[in-house]
Amino acid sequence: MTSALVRRAFAVAGFLLLLPAPSHAHLMNTGLGPFYDGVSHFALTPEDLLPALALALLAGQRGSRTGRLALFALPGAWLAGGFLGLAFPTIGSAMALTTVSFLALGGLVAADARLRPEWVVGLSLVVGLLHGYLNGSAMALAKLGALGLVGIVATLFVVVALASALVVTLRAPWARIAVRVAGSWIVAIGLLLLGWTFRAA
Amino acid sequence: MSSASFRGARRTGPRAVLLLRTALTGATVLWPALAWAHVEKGRAEGFLAGLHHPISGLDHVLAMVSVGLWGAQLGAPAVWLLPVTFPMVMAFGGMLGLMGVPLPGVEVGIALSGILLGLAVLSEWRPPLWAAAVIVGFFAIFHGHAHGSELPPGASGLLYSVGFVVATGLLHATGIAIGVIHRWGWGRVTLRVAGAVIASAGAYFLWQAFA
Repeated sequence: MTSALVRRAFAVAGFLLLLPAPSHAHLMNTGLGPFYDGVSHFALTPEDLLPALALALLAGQRGSRTGRLALFALPGAWLAGGFLGLAFPTIGSAMALTTVSFLALGGLVAADARLRPEWVVGLSLVVGLLHGYLNGSAMALAKLGALGLVGIVATLFVVVALASALVVTLRAPWARIAVRVAGSWIVAIGLLLLGWTFRAA
Repeated sequence: MSSASFRGARRTGPRAVLLLRTALTGATVLWPALAWAHVEKGRAEGFLAGLHHPISGLDHVLAMVSVGLWGAQLGAPAVWLLPVTFPMVMAFGGMLGLMGVPLPGVEVGIALSGILLGLAVLSEWRPPLWAAAVIVGFFAIFHGHAHGSELPPGASGLLYSVGFVVATGLLHATGIAIGVIHRWGWGRVTLRVAGAVIASAGAYFLWQAFA
């Protein structure tokens, strides 16, 4: 009985070892569904993620009140821009917007710019509308619809909440400097991106 | 499995079966084919290539680590100002390289950066903050230009840049972390010896640049 079991186990093991099929995580053939496609799109797209992160860091640098305002202004504007994009999609390139966002927002974080809360809210509205519009256009072309956009905005809300709240709580001088260093890295990425845009043939 | 083991399996019964089942499970778990977690393959390659590029040349690595070492010796605010200055100005140099703007004497500039930064660490040189930032920024342009001229086409520019900047920043952080030993007497001596090694390596790179 035992020997038969052992033989059967060997047969099954040999079968499994000899026939491994490639495994694809995240259901690459079927997708994750529109909402989670939106979530993963935002989390895996540095063109959107880094400007949002920079804005969250900037808002956090300016304190809890500014952080709270940006927490609702940026996702709200992103959603509004996204609906505009869904309604009136464009196929234009976002490279210029991405570069400007990186340079401007990263520079403000690196400089620890002492902006008034209204200015940070204004920046949130502009960045949110523009990036949201491009996201909405992409969603329309990919036929993900409004649910994909909701996934993006939900993730954005979480990112802004976590990043700005973290910065607000930082008290140690070195930790606040680390935030400025992160801003300088975003500027550096923006400068390289500018180089890629105008890359010599 | 040998025949002796089979005999043992017969004797021990359920234990042998359990062992085999465990081996079977282990083999199944450890023998998968390739797994692609994120299927944007070309873009991931861009990030990894960017991460690898700054550490692919010893001349660059020594200069970036020595910026961190020097910053640690100088203390605040230089300890963060220099590592902020270097990546930003280096990225500017990289942008010029990407755009094809010519810069003469790049290899000589890189070698000189090793010599000067190594000597600064060796002598614990304390210039005014602005002068230290200008020196670091000046040499960063040469390093950035060299990188920018060498960047491969085809990869994702943005993810490549992210990897590139992160690797550069981590090299500075490594220098700063090593520079923490500056608070002890033996650490100060060790850092100065490291500065001498970096300056010597810079002299070697200079010789190679003219060879």
